[in-house]
Amino acid sequence: MSNIPAELRYAKSHEWVKTESDGSVTIGITHFAQEALGDITYVQVPKIGAVLKAGETFGVVESVKAASDLYAPVGGTVLAVNAVLATTPETVNRAPYTDGWMLKLKPANAAEIQGLLDAASYAKVAE
Amino acid sequence: MSELKRTALRDFHAAHGARLVDFAGWEMPVQYRSILEEHKAVRRAAGLFDVSHMGEVDVRGPEAGRFLNHLVTNDVAKLYPGRVLYSPMCYANGGVVDDLLVYLRAADDYFLCINAGNIDKDLAWIREQAAAFQVTITDRSADYGLLAIQGPRAAEIVQSLTGAKLGLVKYYHFAEATVAGIHCLASRTGYTGEDGFELYHAASESVALAEALLAAGASRGLELAGLGARDGLRLEAGYPLYGHEITADISPLTAGLGWTVKLDKGGDFIGRAALVAERERGAPNKVIFFKTGDRRIVRAETPVLGADGAIVGRVLSGTLSPLLNEAIGSALVTTPSAAGNLSVDLRGTRMALQLTKPPFVELKKTSL
Repeated sequence: MSNIPAELRYAKSHEWVKTESDGSVTIGITHFAQEALGDITYVQVPKIGAVLKAGETFGVVESVKAASDLYAPVGGTVLAVNAVLATTPETVNRAPYTDGWMLKLKPANAAEIQGLLDAASYAKVAE
Repeated sequence: MSELKRTALRDFHAAHGARLVDFAGWEMPVQYRSILEEHKAVRRAAGLFDVSHMGEVDVRGPEAGRFLNHLVTNDVAKLYPGRVLYSPMCYANGGVVDDLLVYLRAADDYFLCINAGNIDKDLAWIREQAAAFQVTITDRSADYGLLAIQGPRAAEIVQSLTGAKLGLVKYYHFAEATVAGIHCLASRTGYTGEDGFELYHAASESVALAEALLAAGASRGLELAGLGARDGLRLEAGYPLYGHEITADISPLTAGLGWTVKLDKGGDFIGRAALVAERERGAPNKVIFFKTGDRRIVRAETPVLGADGAIVGRVLSGTLSPLLNEAIGSALVTTPSAAGNLSVDLRGTRMALQLTKPPFVELKKTSL
């Protein structure tokens, strides 16, 4: 089992980005990030339709230990948010890359995705 | 950076997957797999905590009892061999040096358990106060390991490892007992609100005792629990933590611990005059407990707002209660504002604080 899936792109601030077949992107936080946070108790995500710039704060993830800002790895318009996290935020601990996704964006500029880290580069950040 | 101190169980924790952190200068397990899961395991069955970092002090001599009654606010004269007493230890101004447990083993032979972060400060304070008394103060902190086993099935687990009749050891009492072949002072006390024991033993036996308890508890739902769970459990039970609800600036009366301050126990004690004055005049501030109905944790030092939005205090402790599934906490607020209509601002969201009298959850007791 890889804790840093090869098919994803990563931000230094520990978010991952997955490009879907329709050109939208799905965003969450990495295994490394959820492990560092510990028990996640609350996830705040933006409203559908919100427009985010790359690097902008899009929400907050809170754990028993700490609260941490979430940063948009790429800019775009929010298409969907993961409603499950409102009641079971611990899903992010259990499945950070799948059921624990946070939001889907319609990217404003697909080139921003190429500027993110690949798995090998992120592995060095998450050491 | 100075090197962290280690308990005899440091490698045991690491081998069990603990996340080790700096706690008051000690390298301690904050969690093994999940703070919230460990918390729930203690309420459901049992948890095993290494609290060997706590300090132990022998107080012996012909004036030991009289000295301790001068030193602490609760009434040490009520003790008899085998009885334990919880008490704050105050400065002359009524602020708290530390809170501690006093054990009476035999006439003139007492034993204190003090907070890890306060060991040096407490020993200096205790020795200074003891100068005029015929007592001998001995730091035993390095000699003792301390394992706390807490939860509705804790007593049953310990009983399975000892011939001692633990049913005879009532709450806030203790007995000498051989547990898994290891000599222990078995104290029916704890910091979780659950039934259970705190087992003082020779530090050299800590690993063997922990292994034996873990093995005996495996089929009974016992889990290793870290200091993260311990903090949540104590807050859920409404117990104070030194440095949060009680400090050099927060007296036991302000903290709602009036039951531990025996102003009329006979004779003077350190802090009595200040505490009498506080009781007569009324304290300017008060410690309150709250819940919010929301999962967002209201963290320590968050400003507390009164009805008109002005700051009337600050949060002292805050966590998520995994049993209530909502944030709980304590705060120090001005006495006039303590009646209600308090709130906090969490990143732009106004959250009302619902005043709550702890414990926040119903605490179970076993029959053993």
